[in-house]
This record gives sequence, C-alpha cells and structure tokens, in this order.
Amino acid sequence: MTETVVISDRRLARLAAKRRRQRRGQAIAAVSSVIVIGGLAVWILTSPGWPSVRETFFSWSEFKNAFPEVLEGFWLDVKVFVLVEIAVLIFGLLVALLRTSAGPALFPIRLLATVYTDLFRGVPTLLLVYLIGFGIPALQLTGLPTEPVVLGGIALGLSYSAYVAEVYRAGIASVHRGQRDAALAVGLTEAQALRHVILPQAVRRVAPPLLNDFLALQKDAVLISILGPAEAFRNAQIIQGENFNYTPLIAAALLYLVITVPLARVVDRLGVQTGGVR
Amino acid sequence: MSAAGAPVLEIRGVTKAFGEREVLRGVDMTVSEHEAIALIGASGSGKSTLLRCIDLLEEIDDGDVFLDGEVITDPSVEAVPVRRRLGLVFQAFNLFPHMTVLENVVLGQMRAQGASRAEAEEQGRALLRRFGLEGREDDRPDELSGGQQQRVAIARAFAGRPRALLLDEVTSALDPELVGEVLHAIRDLKVAGMTMLIATHEMGFAREVADEVAFLHDGRIVEAGAPDRVLTEPERDETRRFLARLLESGRI
Repeated sequence: MTETVVISDRRLARLAAKRRRQRRGQAIAAVSSVIVIGGLAVWILTSPGWPSVRETFFSWSEFKNAFPEVLEGFWLDVKVFVLVEIAVLIFGLLVALLRTSAGPALFPIRLLATVYTDLFRGVPTLLLVYLIGFGIPALQLTGLPTEPVVLGGIALGLSYSAYVAEVYRAGIASVHRGQRDAALAVGLTEAQALRHVILPQAVRRVAPPLLNDFLALQKDAVLISILGPAEAFRNAQIIQGENFNYTPLIAAALLYLVITVPLARVVDRLGVQTGGVR
Repeated sequence: MSAAGAPVLEIRGVTKAFGEREVLRGVDMTVSEHEAIALIGASGSGKSTLLRCIDLLEEIDDGDVFLDGEVITDPSVEAVPVRRRLGLVFQAFNLFPHMTVLENVVLGQMRAQGASRAEAEEQGRALLRRFGLEGREDDRPDELSGGQQQRVAIARAFAGRPRALLLDEVTSALDPELVGEVLHAIRDLKVAGMTMLIATHEMGFAREVADEVAFLHDGRIVEAGAPDRVLTEPERDETRRFLARLLESGRI
C-alpha cells in the first residue's frame, strides 16, 4: 500500500511540473505574439504615409463599390481553373505514362513527352499565355479556338500539365519494385499491374504535391486577364483605373484567399496522413 | 518421404549475370510432382535470383527451364501465361497495401484468370480460413502481424492453383516467434501434395519438410540429396563449411 502511495506522489509531482511547463510555454507564446504582431501593427499604423495607404488600398466604400463586379469576374476564374484542373489531371497522367512507358516502338512518343515537359516547365506561364492567346488567332486557321478564355485555359493547362506529369512520374517511381514483381507473379500483365497496383498507390502518394500545384494554378488563372476576359483581376484593374484606388485588387485577393486557404489546410492534412502511414 | 511423380520443373544449365557479376553459373535441378526441395546457401548465393528466373521476373542468359516438359525460358514464350501456372512468395511479403486482405488474394484470380468476383471471393475466403486468417478478410495488410501478412501472401500465391510454388526465404523477415505459424502453413501445403521449391535458412524445417536439400554455392548446385544426409554428413567441403558457419551463429 505505502509503495503505491509513494509512486503516485512522484507521479503527481511530475504531472504538476508538466502542467507548470505547459502554462509557462503558453504564457510566453501569448506575450511574444502580442509584442511581435502588436509591434508590427503599431509600426505600420503610425507611419507617416499610413492614412493615404489606407485610403488607396483599404477603402471600405471602394470595396463595397467594386465587390459585386469583382465577384462576378471571379466566377469566370473559378470556372477556368476547375476545368483546367480536370484537364491537367488527365493530360498530366497521360504524359507521365508515356514517359515511363517501355518498348522501342514507343521511343518517339517518349522523346516527345520528354521534350514537352522540359519545354513547358522551362517557359514562364505568362509567356505561354501570350504565345497561345495571341499567336493561335494570328495564324488565322479555321477550326482552332479563338475565344481568349479558351486559349488562356489551354495555355495554363499546357503549362501545368508539364509540372503535374513530373509529379505523377515521381509517384510512379516511388512505388517499390516489389509491388510490380508481386503483381506480375500473380499473373497480371504489365498494363494490369500499372492499373491495379502501381497507379493507385502512386496517386495516393502524390495527392499533396498535386493539390499544391493546383493552388499555384488557381492564382495563375489571373494571367488570362492579359487576353481580355472580364475575370476578377481584370475587373478590379478596370475599376482601379477609373477611381485611382487599389482597393478592388484587395477585394480580388480576398476572394482568392477564400479558395486557396482551405485548400492549403487540406494539403497540410493530407501530408500529415500520408506521412503517418509510412 | 512422398512418392515423387513426373518432373514439374526442370532447370538445365541456367546462367544469369548482372553486369560483370555472374550469379548463376550453370544450375541444374529437377523438382518433381508433390516434391518439396529446400534450396539452401549463403546470403547472396543466388537463391532469390534462381526463383525469380524461374518465374520469369528475370531473363536468364543461358540454359533452359522446363515446366511440365515445355520450355518456358525461350524468348518466344509469353511470360504472363507461364507466371499464372506458378506461384511466388516473397521474403518481404510484397502485399498490395492499398487493398484489403481478401482483395490481395483474389486480384490474380479476377484479373488474370478471369474468374467472377463471387467465385474468386468464395475461393479466397476458403483459402484464408485454411491459413488461419478467418475474420481478417477486410483488414489492410498493415493491420496484420508479419506472420499473418506472409500467410496472406502464401494464400495469394496459392489462389491461382499453381503447378509449383516458389518460396523465397519466406520467414527471413519475421520476428522469431512468428516463424512457426508460417512454417505451419507450408507444412500444410506439403501434406496437400503441393510441388515446392523453398529457398530457406531454416535448416530444421528443411530437414522436416523437404524431400531433398540442394546447396547452392558459387552459382551452382554443388550438393543435393536427402536432408538427413546433406545436413549431417555433407560430402563437399563447401557444404560442410556453410553448415559450420550456420552452427556457429546458432541458426541450427
């Protein structure tokens, strides 16, 4: 009996010490947050130019005035990046499969896929939007799309498919060779092994980096504004030009954050999960 | 032990090199129907390579392997139908981690042999019961112990009703207390008359289950014969030295 009392005393003391440590840690975190964030805020808010910056970037009346039009433009962005993401998921996988394919007959296709990923990852997306957005219509060929939104979407899709193809390829390469061996050993063909054993594992592993690329893609949707479509950034810029006030751009930025911050949290959680499995 | 029938696997003069390194330098052996042969030899002596060559996961350089009298290592022979007639169990299990236990066992049946899901699952459940895995059908492989995982792998290899099972050091990756249950499963297959080629470090098990022990050394089978004879009165110095080393490390 006395022995268990002695042990529980030690344990209580340890628990109390642990709680003290935790409380102290929380207090330090709170104080340092107030000092750092508060200090930054005071530094900016007391700066000589703050009143005019507030008026040009954070004007509530400008915000209210611009928001409906910016929001309307934002729906176009949403449509563009959702469609482009779906296309990128499919086309990127196709390119990755072509690059990992074996067999001498497929050599030219492999070469083409390699050149494509090198080229489109190496060129700034902005340049691609210009080239495709203005270059394709200038060819004056019939049958090719001339809609600026469509052309901008194609440029974005081509650029991001090159990145996504490499993400998929890394995923495929990360699946242990023993998995392919085991699939072949139970009598599957190479194609069946890829379809049923390797790809499902590869795709699960690359989900976080894929979503990460989608975050970037969503922001890059503003690049199609240079071709003229009335998307969020474009609308915001027009209003800004009229009133010489940058608040509409802040409105557009907020709309982007509404989409990208939740997605970023999803990426974090997926990363933790796949990290936990292995 | 049991009366051996017609040859199922005949391995004739098989050689295999990886770059400059010659792993197999002319392997000859025969595994007859219902026979279990224990393939022993030091780590890196080529036991795994030989099994992988037989299952056509590696291409051999020279020689031939015959399955039921037909050559299977000719470049003109399609590998996929041959692999469907053989079963291979890996040292590291190599279960499919994204599938349930039952899905692991039925994948080959459904995709390779064209069985219906119902048919394959009924057979798969029966097999899992046979290997003491009833109730684990819907678990993921990583929820199982190593011994259970390896029994799933054996069930998976056996599901295709192979003409011969190739077992590649199936207990080497297991904690000592889990070895017994896997050996039990193999013993059960032996009693059922399965033709087996078993690469192993378990000399006691080889002695108990195998009809013959073959010692692979320097890329060749240098000695083969009844387990009692090879393991207690080896004729060759190489075999004697190998067994002495095992004895020193407490593996016998």
